[in-house]
Amino acid sequence: MENSINIKLKVWRQAGPKAKGRFETYELSNISTDSSFLEMFDILNEQLINKGEEPVAFDHDCREGICGMCSLYINGRPHGPDDDVTTCQLHMRKFKDGQTITIEPWRSAGFPVIKDLIVDRTAFDQIIASGGYVSVNTGGIPDANAIPIPKPDADEAMDAASCIGCGACVAACKNGSAMLFVSAKVSQMALLPQGRVEATRRAKNMVAKMDELGFGNCTNTGACEVECPKGISLANIARLNREFLKASLQD
Amino acid sequence: MSSTLGSSIVKKLLMSLSGLFLITFLLVHLTVNSFLLIPDGGEFFNAGAHFMATNPAIRVIEPLLAIGFLIHILYGIKLTIENRKARGSARYASGKKTTGVTWASQNMLVLGITIAAFLVLHIAHFWVKMKLTGDPLLEHTTITIGGVETEVENSYALVNYTFSYLWVVIVYVIAAVGLAIHLSHGFWSAFQTIGFSNEIWRKRLTVLGNLFAVLIGFGFSIIPVLQYLFYQG
Repeated sequence: MENSINIKLKVWRQAGPKAKGRFETYELSNISTDSSFLEMFDILNEQLINKGEEPVAFDHDCREGICGMCSLYINGRPHGPDDDVTTCQLHMRKFKDGQTITIEPWRSAGFPVIKDLIVDRTAFDQIIASGGYVSVNTGGIPDANAIPIPKPDADEAMDAASCIGCGACVAACKNGSAMLFVSAKVSQMALLPQGRVEATRRAKNMVAKMDELGFGNCTNTGACEVECPKGISLANIARLNREFLKASLQD
Repeated sequence: MSSTLGSSIVKKLLMSLSGLFLITFLLVHLTVNSFLLIPDGGEFFNAGAHFMATNPAIRVIEPLLAIGFLIHILYGIKLTIENRKARGSARYASGKKTTGVTWASQNMLVLGITIAAFLVLHIAHFWVKMKLTGDPLLEHTTITIGGVETEVENSYALVNYTFSYLWVVIVYVIAAVGLAIHLSHGFWSAFQTIGFSNEIWRKRLTVLGNLFAVLIGFGFSIIPVLQYLFYQG
């Protein structure tokens, strides 16, 4: 087993939102196969800085797969060739010696490029702000088991809540649809009694915000589910459809 | 309600409901067409066609069917245009390597256009002749329905003559295969959109949808093929 590889990177460089972008090629040698994809990018940027060039701008934060900041469309797939991981959890052992790796930003009208590989994902924050929360009157701490919740419901809610809002679903979708994200955010609360109180308003407001921000209409291709680093299921989209249609009928 | 009417989910609901309506139509259509395989010189088929032509319920359903087709086609085009816009003009240089996504689900519009093009030809072949212009082949023939002698249009003669041309048979088979592929995604997708799906039902609906697609595709191809091969002269 080789411990280090030489690779060629084709990286999307774009000076600003309005600037015209292009691919730039970089060669990196002696990259440890144990390093993560983002560590490989750190090495590249260090070399660029030492040469007096502009480093590549990319999003990252926790680097342990839970914050949802890292993105990158790598060799034809959001978050790269590995399944069920974010880019920060992708390792260089997934690539071969001498391989050319193409790295692009998420491409969707809802996620415009800010710089290089960074896209503007504030649309997701706006959708959350439109209803993706539970209103709570603060007071004494309630008993942990005061509200009984069936285990399967709790599990399904937790699975939906594992969505980190990275936007890979939109990046993979031929329709630029954000339905997997919105459905996860609606489901995590629709399944629990605490979330039922505002369920009607939530489903309607979040879908309305999603439409208003210009995300596309879901055609159930399932590409989002395949590329989701957290394995969010399409069943959530069926639940969102149910919740929304029920809410509309109640008016 | 007014604010929700233009929403993406309501637009898709219209696609789903019109699609399910058209699916029921396909089942009825295939059932009547299957009478063409009974080797009785078309007597049973003529009786079926006579029933469909004279039944008062059909007068109501026929315009409904036209509306169903229109909604499905117009909203299909509208949603596709909106989705193109939402996707943006930029494309991935490294392509799309996502595995496990069916070809049908990515090409519903192309398949739909194929079916719509066939529909024009199909209506010209039969509906126009039966309902509007008439055709010498449709000259009345007498059949026995439940012991009663009845004079009916000889629809069988027109069908039989139309399927004596090889190119017609080939076009019909291509359309049937296109329709089957369209249904292989459309069937389960329609249920998903109305919210009738979860982890378990998704598998069931996919299997059921594929079986239905095969039934429709095979049924509508085998009838013209057998008509061409064995029912001529």
